[in-house]
Amino acid sequence: MSHASHTPPPTSRIWLFGDDVNTDDVLPGKYAPFMVGEDVFQNYAFAHLRPEFAREYRPGDLLVAGRNLGLGSSREYAPEALKKLGVRAIIARSYARIFYRNLVNLGIVPFISEEVVDNAEDGAEASLDLKTGVLVMGGRTYRLEPPPAFLLAALAEGSLLEYFKKHGDFPGVE
Amino acid sequence: MTLAEAILSQKVGRRVRPGELVVARVDHAMTIDSIVPTVIDRLEELSAEPCCPERVSLVYDHVAPAANVNVAEAQRRGREWARRTGVNFYEVGRGVCHQVLVEEGVARPGALIVGSDSHSTSYGAVGAFGTGMGATDVALAIASGRTWLRVPESVKVTFRGRPRPGVAAKDAALEMVGRLGADGATYMAVEIHLEDGAERAFGRSERLTLANLAMEAGAKAGLVVPSGEILELYQVPGWLRPTAGARYARELEIDLEELTPRLAAPFYVDNVHPLHDHAGAEVDFVFVGTCTNGRIEDLRAAAEVLRGRRVAPTTRMLVVPASSEVLKQAMAEGVLQTLIEAGATIGTPGCGPCMGRHMGVAAGGERVVSTANRNFRGRMGSPGAEVFLASPRTAALAALLGRIPDEEEAAG
Repeated sequence: MSHASHTPPPTSRIWLFGDDVNTDDVLPGKYAPFMVGEDVFQNYAFAHLRPEFAREYRPGDLLVAGRNLGLGSSREYAPEALKKLGVRAIIARSYARIFYRNLVNLGIVPFISEEVVDNAEDGAEASLDLKTGVLVMGGRTYRLEPPPAFLLAALAEGSLLEYFKKHGDFPGVE
Repeated sequence: MTLAEAILSQKVGRRVRPGELVVARVDHAMTIDSIVPTVIDRLEELSAEPCCPERVSLVYDHVAPAANVNVAEAQRRGREWARRTGVNFYEVGRGVCHQVLVEEGVARPGALIVGSDSHSTSYGAVGAFGTGMGATDVALAIASGRTWLRVPESVKVTFRGRPRPGVAAKDAALEMVGRLGADGATYMAVEIHLEDGAERAFGRSERLTLANLAMEAGAKAGLVVPSGEILELYQVPGWLRPTAGARYARELEIDLEELTPRLAAPFYVDNVHPLHDHAGAEVDFVFVGTCTNGRIEDLRAAAEVLRGRRVAPTTRMLVVPASSEVLKQAMAEGVLQTLIEAGATIGTPGCGPCMGRHMGVAAGGERVVSTANRNFRGRMGSPGAEVFLASPRTAALAALLGRIPDEEEAAG
């Protein structure tokens, strides 16, 4: 399928996941960095669910998932494994709350879209402009809703940690 | 106001409403052996020290004692950090973080506690707003004494009456998760009301099981309205109660008099069934323990089933007390003697094999009955293992029979 007039960021592929993908799926507990080493744990991302993922994922490839992504453990090293592999953004129907916080804290943009998930196909090509939230997929253009202002302020500095480092405090909330 | 609104209003210093983002004062921040290396990394990146070390705890429970050299090195780094900064430190064998914070009196009515473990919702058993977060959030709370939160809507769950003999708080908790669904309370607080006898039937230990499992419906906090034993054990501030005008996103009632034993079948905690759906399935491994069900009441329930009897020859049984206090009590009461004579073995207080890292992980093709809180694929080791979650009594019956019991066998 051709993408007519756009000349967006380089095209990447979609990795499509279903509903209720939990943090034991994202990174099984036995492959935690403090068990297997800080430098190799990312190689076990989706080790049970999609063993080819860590090997075949290319930075910029898009993760698309269904409902309640990241339920379960608070382990930040699950999304951190994804970050180490080059994941910059995820599109899901909804997120479990700790996973959502962890994504923002690490600087991975958590987009929410029913429409994109409805139409996404595993392995299909897509391109996402992270700054504008414009996604081109299957010849169609989608405008993704940006995260709430508080989180956007954090993401603008790279992550909540970067924000705190720079400003010595949380983004304004009043 | 809901309980969640009442507590967060106290911590922010003004009336807060659901949906608002707030920065709140944290009474205590907790982290664990498996997460502390990242917490230290984040603090180093911020060039920050704990703002208030007396309000920070580090508990060694997740892979304790260390299972390999990587873990041992990580634990050494955490110990050195704890000694240098003066945070409260609980060594290998003291117990599961949540049980330890309750026993040490850190979890108390009205407190706001953040922990780098999702089951920090457990503190709601005593009327504390406990919530799980990742390493970065906990590092920021340790550095600043504060955290950011979205004030949650609340789901009201009312348990009525007294459970029948043989029916435990775990069965009630699984029923709640099954009815709410795995994302039924995402971004929300679950506010648990115990009425018509339930407030007496469920003391602190049982409330810990309920608040712990609220996490499995996606909840930010699982707050049990203080009553019964909690009023005897703690001074509960007058403001710590839901008011008549409290608004709930959803309300759910569970009749304990009608409830029968429950199982969460593989591979989801909300995949909840009565025993007869799986009765007769052969069981290779029974695990009694964890922050959900590793307390003295739980060990007693298992011992009662096994007293003077033997674990089935085709089944192995591991009991891991939730803390050193539980272990001492179980020893003093003869509960350990009963369990060991029945053929069970005892592990170091802590998380045990709950997350499949050590101390008895499951092999492919094996069926496990566990008193823990998660049964995801691969959770306890091999992705080919099946984990059923149940009460300590049901788990002990499974060990005795070598298979999942039916309703009749399980009746008290």
